Amino acid sequence: MEEQELTQEIKPPANTKGLGRWLKDNLFNTWYNTLLTCLALVFLFFALKGFLTWAFTEAEWDVIPANFRLFMVGSYPQEQIWRVWNAIYILSVLMGLSAGLWGGLVLRFAVALSGVWFISALLPVELSTRGWCLGAIAMIAVSFFLGRGRTSLRPWILGGWILSFPVIMVVLRGFGENGVLTSNWGGLLLTLILAVVGIVVSFPLGVFLALCRQSNLPAIRWVSTTYIETVRGVPLITILFMGNVLIPIFMPGLDINQVLRMMIGITFFSGAYMAENVRGGLQGIPRGQHEAAQAVGLNYVQTTLFIVLPQALRSVIPAIVGQFIALFKDTSLVSIIGLIDLLGVAKSVIANPDWLGLQAEVYLFAAVIYFVFCYAMSYASQDIETDLGVGKH
Amino acid sequence: MRKFLFRVSALILAISLVTPLLARGEEGILDKVKNRGRLICGVNKELPGFGFLGQDGKWKGFDVDYGRAIAAAVLGDPDKVEFRPLKAADRFPALQTGEIDVLIRNTTWTLTRDTDLGTDFAPPTFYDGQGFMLRKDLGVTSLKELAGATIGVTAGSTTELNLADTTRSLGIEVEPIVFEETETLYQSYDQGRCDAVTSDKSQLVSRRQSLKNPDDHVILDVTISKEPLGPVTVHGDNRWNDVVSWVVYATFFAEEHGITQANVNTFETENPEIKRFLGTDDGAGMGKKLGLPKDWARQVIAAVGNYGELFERNLTPLGLPRGVNKPWTQGGLLYAIPFR
Repeated sequence: MEEQELTQEIKPPANTKGLGRWLKDNLFNTWYNTLLTCLALVFLFFALKGFLTWAFTEAEWDVIPANFRLFMVGSYPQEQIWRVWNAIYILSVLMGLSAGLWGGLVLRFAVALSGVWFISALLPVELSTRGWCLGAIAMIAVSFFLGRGRTSLRPWILGGWILSFPVIMVVLRGFGENGVLTSNWGGLLLTLILAVVGIVVSFPLGVFLALCRQSNLPAIRWVSTTYIETVRGVPLITILFMGNVLIPIFMPGLDINQVLRMMIGITFFSGAYMAENVRGGLQGIPRGQHEAAQAVGLNYVQTTLFIVLPQALRSVIPAIVGQFIALFKDTSLVSIIGLIDLLGVAKSVIANPDWLGLQAEVYLFAAVIYFVFCYAMSYASQDIETDLGVGKH
Repeated sequence: MRKFLFRVSALILAISLVTPLLARGEEGILDKVKNRGRLICGVNKELPGFGFLGQDGKWKGFDVDYGRAIAAAVLGDPDKVEFRPLKAADRFPALQTGEIDVLIRNTTWTLTRDTDLGTDFAPPTFYDGQGFMLRKDLGVTSLKELAGATIGVTAGSTTELNLADTTRSLGIEVEPIVFEETETLYQSYDQGRCDAVTSDKSQLVSRRQSLKNPDDHVILDVTISKEPLGPVTVHGDNRWNDVVSWVVYATFFAEEHGITQANVNTFETENPEIKRFLGTDDGAGMGKKLGLPKDWARQVIAAVGNYGELFERNLTPLGLPRGVNKPWTQGGLLYAIPFR
């Protein structure tokens, strides 16, 4: 009996918990806070009222579903659309396997992606598209169960991710005149390709440049410093313009397509910034770490790979992900040299005589897509930081 | 010895400067297009009626259709064309570096562009002119009454210069408000940030429809500039310029003689000029002289139709009147050179 009384739940004093109390503590605790809260509420009310009235009564959202395919793949020909789905399936299989092997973050992304496909399949789209969507879910699910628990597969899957990159490029392009010319790549597809290439290539480039800048050999140090400072001193838009105009002048015989030129420009630009982010991490590594590594007999390469870089990169994850997000959004600059990325499609759609004057709807939709991807990256970064305990130990 | 070295290096320099030019001269653009099996055409990607991406991901518009017409003439297939969307600023470099074969991007033919810029023009496909749009309730009917008004204009265009020229010659002062983007220009005008906007009339007509209350706005009758818009090729490749020019003439000719997309393959005539045009004559084909297949003009009309059809399909939906863009027989400016 005695024990029961001890564990008996003691109710909190009235009015110290719950929504009312929280409001009182945080929003209405002094007279000026009360005033500010009221003002903010009035402001929010009018702003939201205006927006919602527009969104539900005036806005003509028809423009989005009518041009949805254009937003996704631009002028990618309809009869070759299977190429895009093939690429998606390759990624789905890898994602499912990884989700099975690692769980955690990848699993959550895989679930979210399946959700997106499921919702897409429910939307009023063509039957074939529905089939493709459900197929993607099946791919993810099957490969998830295949991969579960088989930890020995891990290195293979990592290799698969790296290999998937050129494979997908070939799948999307095809061969010769029967394939899909890169000038037909567009919409979100092009934005993602540019961003992924930029991120994947500029990261190692940045690490390499950062290490070069820290080098003891003056020549290497100077070359790296000159490169970083030159690129950082020029706006991205200039680099893209130069890439577009100068590359064909310097190499008249080679037909380097515009997409490749933009990939080169974005990667070079982002690499320089990445290098500075990484250098920040390298400088945060105490001298003692190098000395301790030398003391146990590690050479320069081993010290860098196993001691310095893991610590340095861990501490600059937020900065690096920030750079990735910036790069993702910067890809929209390619629309100024005439590539039709997501923003380029938006501009082209509002020039269609059927949809004149619908800038607000179209740009808002583009903004939402950009936000979803940037937030996904940000979310992943936070998750990795928590896992690695960045800032805690 | 030093002299010898100097001569050798001068020679090397000369060779390295000349070789690229020679390499380029070897193969004309016509052969290049034929070998490639594809025409590369620079277009605008955001001009209503002239060039934009359709919902199905295919390029649409008046300029775009001329690209298809050239592909049909040279390669016999209007789909064998790759469109490169270009900004106003990099359209000429793209042409000069040989990245595109032909530029059809609402480009105004001017003396400077024809000479200094290293470009050659084909006959204009659209005669435009700069006009003014303003609110009806201002009660303005002539340019003089615009004194003191704020006028919206896009930056860096001939439009801005024309506005300055006109107001100076009229002796009135207006306040130009310069906008970077066409979109923002019309949005700001719609919100009342300027009294009037000035631009090419084709643009004013199409944009007026996208304003909140199109009927509240009026386009003044006055036209302050000539804007002949047409295809452009790189300077010095005359054979190629001939091909582009005659494709344009073919669309004029077909309208003059009532040849349409629907009847081109069944068109029966005893008129020798039309026979030469269709390639059904037995004599020396017009196509051969241009380096094209015998039925090139028939392919053009079968692919995109005659000028009138092109106009009706792309520009009439915008509310554009034909104005001077009519055959000369109807009092317009379109005049096909004889097919002889």
